[in-house]
Amino acid sequence: MKTLSKIYNIIIFAILYFPIVMVIVFSFNSARYTPMEWKDFSFQWYELLFQNEEILSALSVTLEVALISTLAATLLGTTAAIGIHAMNKKLRSAMLTINHFPMVNPEIVTGVAFMLLFVALAVVLPLFKPGFFTLCIAHITFCTPYVVLQIMPKLRQMDRHLFEAALDLGCTPFRAFVKVMVPEILPGILTGALMAFTMSLDDFAISYFTSGSSAQTLSVTIYSMVKRPVTPEIYALSTLMFGTVLVLLVLANIGQIRDIASRKKRAR
Amino acid sequence: MKKKTTALAAPFGIWMAIFTIVPIAMVLWFAFTDANGQFTLANVQEIFAFDPSKGETLWEDSFVSTILYSLWLGFLTTVISLIIAYPLAFSISRATERVQLTMVMLVMLPMWMNFLLRTQAIKSLLSESGLLNQFIGLFGFGPLEILNTDAAIVIGLVYDFLPYMILPLYSVMVKIGKSEIEAAQDLGANTFSVFRRVVLPLSVPGILNGITMVFVPSVSTFVISTLLGGSKRMMIGDVIESMFVGEAPNMGVGSALSLVLMVLIFLCMACTRLVDKSDDYEKGGLTL
Repeated sequence: MKTLSKIYNIIIFAILYFPIVMVIVFSFNSARYTPMEWKDFSFQWYELLFQNEEILSALSVTLEVALISTLAATLLGTTAAIGIHAMNKKLRSAMLTINHFPMVNPEIVTGVAFMLLFVALAVVLPLFKPGFFTLCIAHITFCTPYVVLQIMPKLRQMDRHLFEAALDLGCTPFRAFVKVMVPEILPGILTGALMAFTMSLDDFAISYFTSGSSAQTLSVTIYSMVKRPVTPEIYALSTLMFGTVLVLLVLANIGQIRDIASRKKRAR
Repeated sequence: MKKKTTALAAPFGIWMAIFTIVPIAMVLWFAFTDANGQFTLANVQEIFAFDPSKGETLWEDSFVSTILYSLWLGFLTTVISLIIAYPLAFSISRATERVQLTMVMLVMLPMWMNFLLRTQAIKSLLSESGLLNQFIGLFGFGPLEILNTDAAIVIGLVYDFLPYMILPLYSVMVKIGKSEIEAAQDLGANTFSVFRRVVLPLSVPGILNGITMVFVPSVSTFVISTLLGGSKRMMIGDVIESMFVGEAPNMGVGSALSLVLMVLIFLCMACTRLVDKSDDYEKGGLTL
């Protein structure tokens, strides 16, 4: 039974990773317009990548949008979670319903709804013409709910009296917030921010409907490429990005495993 | 003090009102008005190809078959993902803490490779001269014509959304204690009854969460279907896309279709809610 489940897991993971391995392998392929047929080993796409304006500008837009929306969503979500936590049950459940909405609503509907809003607003305010600004607004909106959801459980686990004790001992509310509440909910804030960043980087559908020709994210650029033959530079870039995340995750994983080990030692 | 704290949620409330409620209201408005802003049911009638003058519906011209087709592919994707993910999630949840961390990382990692490129890779895998056909050719089978069929779409969707099924399942299963399973075994339950009477009931919230997280994006997808299914048959997402950014845009009908999609999905969600009555606030929401 044990070996059977092991074999099963290995098969599923192999299938899950096979297409990724293919993208990586073909980033080193020298052929251009036969997208997935192996010819020779070559680094040329990595060299050409750094001359490809279209891809590089898409990469910088993607990263800038992700950073801005992560910061804004974390701020908005943290204050929201603290506020919602203090509400009575009725109001709280109403707010949480609104919070859930962007997460369960089909992405394409969210996308076209934003498109309608921005087109209407752009008539009065040129700022809302599809581009970098509208991308940020849309990303902040769909990222914030994840931050709220990560922080709410941490607030619930927190001992309410700690905050009151800090006040009784002469802290100003703000100081008590920084010294007592923030350390308690910090893990939630960090996972929330990480999720927001991931969601923003990964998004395609909503960016597709909210970005104009002036600012396109990577996934929108890739989409326009997938229709015509894909330029292998994009395989090279994806390989680099995937490699970076892999290294970061492995490092984080080693750190966590060390944590567990030292906790076990202490327990003994 | 309490009032002041509550006010912290005000910026969030205002933001969500402007950028979540207002856009949806605009979809509603576009669905039910014509070019002059007059109330009309024409857009909704067009979805059902309802001819008011004759008072009948031309089913062949309607989008109803598109909608049913999307729901069917979404249903298949969800069921297959659940069947594949369930044993995997369970075995992850039974592993040591270290192995668990590594496996969860391995499940999440594929999301960092752009899904369009992964889908592109699957497309070339499934093609007539692709690796899959070369492989089964070794055994004297094939070539299979998978690409540009419904099967290809479902394979692509399952592949893309499998992590969204594994993670919610795992996060619930990891809470099932060893002692619960051992207690059942001590009381004489065989493997099957342990599964049916202990593990399965305890993993229901995860199953429901996973179903939602896979069903919603797969019903409403609009790229995977065109890439893998050819352009033979459109899914509802493809139709909505073409109504907004296509060559002959029709935002009214597009909005009406979006509305139908949204209502259908919320109805499906309401059904899962009926099964799972626990309070969202207590459950702590989605875990990724």
